[in-house]
Amino acid sequence: MKNSIETKTLKAREDFIMTKGSNQQIKCDQQSLAGAVSQRACVYSGARVVLNPVKDAYHLVHGPIGCASYTWDIRGSLTSGSDIFRTSFSTDLREKDIVFGGEKKLTTIITELIENDNYQPEVIFIYSTCVVGVIGDDLKAVARRAEEKYGIRVIPVESSGFSGTKSKGYKAACEALLNLMEDFKEKSSEQQSSRTKKIGGKNVFKQQAAIMEQSNKENKANGQAEVKFSQSDTRKAKINALVKKLNHLSEIQTSSGINSYENLKQARRLIKQKQRSKTRKKLNLLGDYNLAAEGWIIKSYLQEVGIEVVAGFTGDAGIDDIRRAPTADLNIVQCAGSMKYLARRMKEEFGIPFLEISFLGLQDSLESLRRIAAQLKDPEIIENVERLIARKLPPVLAKLKVYKSYLAGKKAAIYVGGAFKAISLVKQFNQLGMKTVMVGTQNGKAADYQKLEKLTDPGTIILDDANPSELEEFMRQKGADVLVGGVKDRALAYKMGLAFFDHNHERKDPLVGFEGVINLAKELDLTINSPIWSVIGSGKNE
Amino acid sequence: MQDLVPKEFKERNSLVINPVKTCQPIGAMYAALGIHGCLPHSHGSQGCCSYHRMHLTKHFREPVVASSSSFTEGASVFGGRANLETALKNIFAVYDPEVVAINTTCLSETIGDDVTSIVSGMEIPPGKTIINASTPSYVGSHVVGFANMVKAMVKQLSEKREPAQTNNKLNLIPGFVDPGDIREMKRILEAMDIDYILFPDQSDVLDTPLDGNYKMYPDGGVTIPELKDTANSKATIALGALASQPAAFELEKMHDVKAYTLKTPVGIKATDEFLMQLLKITGQEIPAEIEKERGQLVDIIADTHHQFHGKKVAIYGDPDIVISLTEFTLSMGMKPIHVLTGTPGKDFEAEINKMLKDADWESNVAAGGDLFQLHQWVKKEPVELLIGNSYGKLVAKQEDIPLVRVGFPILDRSVHSYLPKIGYKGAMLLVEKISSALLDRKDRDTDFELTEFVL
Ligand code: SF4
Ligand code: SF4
Repeated sequence: MKNSIETKTLKAREDFIMTKGSNQQIKCDQQSLAGAVSQRACVYSGARVVLNPVKDAYHLVHGPIGCASYTWDIRGSLTSGSDIFRTSFSTDLREKDIVFGGEKKLTTIITELIENDNYQPEVIFIYSTCVVGVIGDDLKAVARRAEEKYGIRVIPVESSGFSGTKSKGYKAACEALLNLMEDFKEKSSEQQSSRTKKIGGKNVFKQQAAIMEQSNKENKANGQAEVKFSQSDTRKAKINALVKKLNHLSEIQTSSGINSYENLKQARRLIKQKQRSKTRKKLNLLGDYNLAAEGWIIKSYLQEVGIEVVAGFTGDAGIDDIRRAPTADLNIVQCAGSMKYLARRMKEEFGIPFLEISFLGLQDSLESLRRIAAQLKDPEIIENVERLIARKLPPVLAKLKVYKSYLAGKKAAIYVGGAFKAISLVKQFNQLGMKTVMVGTQNGKAADYQKLEKLTDPGTIILDDANPSELEEFMRQKGADVLVGGVKDRALAYKMGLAFFDHNHERKDPLVGFEGVINLAKELDLTINSPIWSVIGSGKNE
Repeated sequence: MQDLVPKEFKERNSLVINPVKTCQPIGAMYAALGIHGCLPHSHGSQGCCSYHRMHLTKHFREPVVASSSSFTEGASVFGGRANLETALKNIFAVYDPEVVAINTTCLSETIGDDVTSIVSGMEIPPGKTIINASTPSYVGSHVVGFANMVKAMVKQLSEKREPAQTNNKLNLIPGFVDPGDIREMKRILEAMDIDYILFPDQSDVLDTPLDGNYKMYPDGGVTIPELKDTANSKATIALGALASQPAAFELEKMHDVKAYTLKTPVGIKATDEFLMQLLKITGQEIPAEIEKERGQLVDIIADTHHQFHGKKVAIYGDPDIVISLTEFTLSMGMKPIHVLTGTPGKDFEAEINKMLKDADWESNVAAGGDLFQLHQWVKKEPVELLIGNSYGKLVAKQEDIPLVRVGFPILDRSVHSYLPKIGYKGAMLLVEKISSALLDRKDRDTDFELTEFVL
């Protein structure tokens, strides 16, 4: 590539960029160079995006205010229950805390959180940030003391930003989740909840907490609403949310011959199925964050074929779901980058096998459904999967054909965070007759880049951790029509007069499964064929 | 969303719930973007820099480029000198900016890197400039970071002419406002035929036209020669005490350039004061065009005053803007009963309380507050309108109150950064927004039979 790419690239960056067909090894999985205009985030950010969707946990950021405010509700995960995870809690460290240490403040704040009557946290995650790593606050000790005092779970997340890349943050989040699953072990070994015992009679507040918790549990068992929130009709709300979401999808489906009445029926059926799910196979869905209801779509397929999802990691996940996760027969991993680690650990700890799957793109979705069924070795499920595919596939294919006629021959540039997204995008573009001229990721591994190289045509630029000037240069050089990326790249693409497709946390339309395939094509068409690009005075065609 | 906000609430000493502020470096980064050909550089881990760029991009919907020292574990133990040195070398080699403006982060501040000494020991390519500001986020807020970077501009660059000679210009520091506001300020100055140096100037940087060409360093921004020349100006007007005053004072201290601090000119009164100050300093006259705009604005408010009178409003956001908005809403006959900023500081409360006292009115006022607190206030004493940034949507939705978006950040609407909120024109736009918000609400809540065309 050294001679083939004539762009102003730093020498040290050259190894991170390659052209397909050049027999070059790409360098990746390293921290950005000092001075680089990197798109990358930090360990903390990795931990935050993975863990934050745990909906009924309290997410407390221990650090200066910025770290908390930039990550306030960034993930866009939808919830069917509690939404306390969307509230931003911060210790807002000030100068004196930096000088004298922040442990005292953290302890006070945990007390404030627990002892106020409105919040009844069952689990608090404390995220550490760069500064905390440097001043050396002992989060573990603070957390342990709080747990002992109040009998709730307080789980530290080791996520000091400087200590590595985002991937390390994913790991830290996975550790925190495992920590939460420890409760399951405790419970099964001791039968009676050990936590309830611990609580017994130290002070009035704790007794109250114990009573509260007990009654909550009972209420839950009776299918009644929890006391702590005024949520008398959680179930109804859940059903409504599902119906709403399915109705939303109906626009796509109507044209494929399924009307919204059908959706409604489907929603009801799903919910009923869920209620009598005891004997069915159970699995956990790892690496899905329920962005734009994606988790719900995947779950709806699985439920339809007779599989119960115990916990989503972490889209729309509740604390109790996660605690029950070890009871599953299988873990399926959607975003391997963030969750393969957890899958491996759960295999070690609980003996749950895992399967890497992907519901991005038609080919992957079909394959994944079939592989899951095969893995579970349940003839009924295998049959149901085929039935589901037979029902869902034809209308999608028909629609795709139309979109293909709008999109064939267009050139795409991809720059996304995770490699699994990039890989599936390349495949989907191939299917739409589009050409991928540039593909890069922020956090890809060597194996991912090999896969990408296989999938792309010769001449495609492949790059790791790119900066805007590189992106710009290659997109121009290769005459890209559309850039697929995150929010920071959107502005860049538009400035260049290029179409843009959001494949990040901010997107509002689901891209998984059968619905997702059409959404992707629809959105690509919408942006690539927008009339706005033709009114630009001096365009890229000059 | 679930409603977890009780009316009565235990005193919170430390816990911040839903912040109305963010950290210093983002303010510094925004200020630095107002220098021509400048690459802001964040001396810390890459995460902070990424977040700051992302946040600015969301507000302005423009590409924002900045580099980072990419701290690693090693750097946080042994200091960031090596990282910064490598970074600067790489930056000049690859991105070739005219200026690099370095801000620190919590991390580099905590480990105690002395950026000034690191930079002074380095060889800088000829013709290039480096400035640096210390911006620890555990002090102040993003507005303070902005102020620190603006102060660094004059402190490290301004140069008295030898022999002393005035440039007959006026220094104008616009404060933490949008490019649309800066354009309006320039229009007023030009209409008055005033020669000026405006800094930092993000117009033509964060509001550039789409012509198919991406420029890493857009055309706008104050130039280095201009910043040097600020030492020779007649006077400095600092708009917004928190964001702009420190730089103006620095110029006064260093070079005897007289400093005048005014409110951000949002609303009639503050704009009047701004124009009067311009008159006093330059001896120019108010052009007929601007005078006419004032008359039109007064006419508009007279025509619509009944819509506003007695309406209770909650205002939150950054101190300089909130102060002016409070004054403006009071002058329209509205009742700002809750006024809050996330940025700590006693001056804010004093200033607001003074205004309220003049208006013979008592309100909840807090500096260093958060959105949770505002929400509690609103629950206890409801309002008919909220004015502030996007995050107020949380309160607006739960309490079913219309929200007029003014301030930073606005992440869920567009065009705001192109339109002024300052000056008479800006005030007109604000009146339009406030009035529409109130009347849309009224229309929504009026029975069909009672709905009227004329309001
Ligand atoms: S560490 Fe400091 S500078 Fe970085 S994001 Fe957090 S608050 Fe801002
Ligand atoms: S301080 Fe560290 S943890 Fe916080 S945003 Fe910056 S890099 Fe991430």
